[in-house]
Amino acid sequence: MTLESLSFIEAILASAVSAGTIYLIASVGECVTERSGVINLGIEGIMAMGAITSFIITLAYGHLAAILAAALVGAVFGLLHAFLSVSLRLNQIVVGLAITWLGLGLSAFMGAPEVARELLKALNPAVPEYLAELKQAPRLPEVRVEFLAGVPILGRALFSQNALVYAGLASALLLWFILFRTRWGLSLRSVGENPALADTAGVNVFAVRYLAVIVGSALAGVAGAYLFIGYQPFWVENLTRSRGFIALSLVILSSWSPLRAIAASFLFGGVESLQFRIPLRGFGAETPQLIMMLPYIITIVTLVLISLASRGRIPAPAALGKPYSREE
Amino acid sequence: MVEDLLESPGPAPTPIPKVEMRGIVKRFPGVVANDKVDFTIYAGEIHALLGENGAGKTTLMNILYGIYTPDAGVIRVRGVPVRLRSPRDAIRLGIGMVHQDFRLIEAHTVVENVFLNYDGLGFIPKWSALESRLEEIASNYGWRLNPRARVGDLSPGEKQQVELLKLLVRGADILLLDEPTSVLTPIETKMLFKTMRRMAGEGKSIVLITHKLSEAMSVSDRVTVMRRGRIVLSKPTREATIEELSTAMVGAQLIGNTVLEERPTAPADGVPTLQVSALSVMGDEGVLAVRDADLTVNRGEVVGVAGVSGNGQIELVEAIAGLRKPVRGKIILNGVDVTGASPRRLMELGLTYIPPEGKKWGIVPELSIYENVALRVARYEPYSRLGVINWRRVAEVAERVVSEFRVDTASIKNRAGSLSGGNVQRLILGRELTTSKPSLLVAAYPTKGLDIAASEQVRRILSRLRSEGVGVLVLSEDLDEILELSDRIVVMYGGRVVGVVRRGDATPELLGVMMSRGVAVSAST
Repeated sequence: MTLESLSFIEAILASAVSAGTIYLIASVGECVTERSGVINLGIEGIMAMGAITSFIITLAYGHLAAILAAALVGAVFGLLHAFLSVSLRLNQIVVGLAITWLGLGLSAFMGAPEVARELLKALNPAVPEYLAELKQAPRLPEVRVEFLAGVPILGRALFSQNALVYAGLASALLLWFILFRTRWGLSLRSVGENPALADTAGVNVFAVRYLAVIVGSALAGVAGAYLFIGYQPFWVENLTRSRGFIALSLVILSSWSPLRAIAASFLFGGVESLQFRIPLRGFGAETPQLIMMLPYIITIVTLVLISLASRGRIPAPAALGKPYSREE
Repeated sequence: MVEDLLESPGPAPTPIPKVEMRGIVKRFPGVVANDKVDFTIYAGEIHALLGENGAGKTTLMNILYGIYTPDAGVIRVRGVPVRLRSPRDAIRLGIGMVHQDFRLIEAHTVVENVFLNYDGLGFIPKWSALESRLEEIASNYGWRLNPRARVGDLSPGEKQQVELLKLLVRGADILLLDEPTSVLTPIETKMLFKTMRRMAGEGKSIVLITHKLSEAMSVSDRVTVMRRGRIVLSKPTREATIEELSTAMVGAQLIGNTVLEERPTAPADGVPTLQVSALSVMGDEGVLAVRDADLTVNRGEVVGVAGVSGNGQIELVEAIAGLRKPVRGKIILNGVDVTGASPRRLMELGLTYIPPEGKKWGIVPELSIYENVALRVARYEPYSRLGVINWRRVAEVAERVVSEFRVDTASIKNRAGSLSGGNVQRLILGRELTTSKPSLLVAAYPTKGLDIAASEQVRRILSRLRSEGVGVLVLSEDLDEILELSDRIVVMYGGRVVGVVRRGDATPELLGVMMSRGVAVSAST
């Protein structure tokens, strides 16, 4: 193997991980939400809100505050979703789509130069306003793990990334552990399988679902923050480009397991970064639209394959999408 | 907990009652499910609670398990008066229930199901320790149960063991088992009885809710029979006879021993409209539910099908109505072989089917009354032309149905789901009978869940059809009703027709014995 192709592979892997982290953070959160029996189709909009929040707050107060604020904004949207879908028992599909359009619209509004400028001025008058009009923010710094980053092939992908990449991986491991090894996780999964049974066993179905939706939405907010300050720190409208919906289908691909979501996310991160690399090699240079479709085509194909492999019985949480109410 | 109150093994109950229920009353809209019921459970006994479906036995046990609150009455557990507001209250007092339909999470493992929200669980439970604890309890009862198996992969018998484990780990020593053998194979049943015996030997009290006489006789120490919400008999099992129990169960005391008189025969007597021969039908569980059944219904005759529920009656009529494909045998309707024909073709050949649970299977509750009528007639002229419904005509016929069959509603535009059970049943009958004249009416439990007056009206409609020369095949769980309506009574047991009794020969005792033992007795034709 030539040195050149080795470094090409290293570059692909590194960008697979950095692009995949967008999906990882969002889909790990959605795994938790869906395991409780609620489907949140709003994560596209919540990601957009997380991204715009991180843009403005980074300029005003810096990265850490931006990430926390994005999580908070996500949590607030999650609270709204939970109120509508869990308490009022509205159709989860409708609620989720409404939140997506709300988030996309609101984030586009907040990102408009004149609005962003006013927001920045209001938050921190000490920061020069014109920064908001540049639509840029400082990128999250890389945190190199010196002795490991030099490992061939995987070193760069896994140990020369920003802090949110590591945090995303850690959250996947942590949430997997909570879901499958702890008492809380058992209660949460039971609520997603059979809420009536969990209720009679003394589990507070409503509290569990609220918490699961809020945690998942907060992570979607962080995914949006990562998309902006960690991946592409230049604000454009429709920055998320349906990545929230891809994250949703990755939840199915990883069969509702945060561990498998790691592999699924990085795989799709690879597909996404390939779309930028393939034109460089000549193919599709004339028709970039074709290449841009690649992630979505692959999403559909993998979902079909999964459905076939499981003979039409995808092991979804049995109560997914079904509002719960006590009979009496 | 009182888990280890070891008693001397064997059936001898101690005189200190573990549970005393006194004067329990529970009313549901239109019915009194429990009418001043007294029920006592002793330590170390297996107590069979016997009765037909709807006799009130499950209601009584649901009260003891905290699912329902009684309207009146007192419950004492180990001598202390208690108020049970939820199953959790019951569990705390050591009372546990295994429902007929298992309450398990199929996607989870055995150990996860058993210890869901268990009190002694730490934040990070020591799963391996819990697994070995389950294995220990399981091996104590001779069960081979892998705690890590997914519950969805288990057999019904094993699922039941998981249900029992849920109760045992929480220290339950009063176990209420609702029809526990209904999903079990004979071998699993035997195993369950052995387990129950062992548990009783350990001082636990077990209530076996059942409608099967043979089970009550073979495994219980004490038997209590309920009928229509009341206790009609309670005594030690060894002092009870099977005849006495079956009579108590089906309520012969209402009719006594009077033999019903022959009725004048109906006009077209003797001409068969339905002939079923050697019919075998598969049930939902993949075993034959009907085996080699022969049956004839003549014009102007009511044939009642009697049997303890679950003996193939519903599968039989579903096969006749075209809803289930027969495995073997022949169905002839008015001389035409209709084996395996579609419901629509059967309808056009003169069969009308009244499904069980009218509100669920007979109407679309969200649609209006006249739209429900349209469901039946809209295919035919003049109610539709070229696929376009003539709503004016439909409304006319709907008005006729409502007035002729006394469907009590302010308007035919009202939602069909807003009608009471009796009105729904009259709407269904009216819809079927106003626009077509069947030669055979098959009615599955047409009065189930209806109050006395509504039941009487339905019976009157069936009798009127008989006098008009229609053949009627009717299923009922109410033996009195069968006796009142039928010219001939077909008794089913274990999927077989075990006897056909003429009206003049039928007595409740005779039918009760045939239904519960599956023996054809003399006087059958």
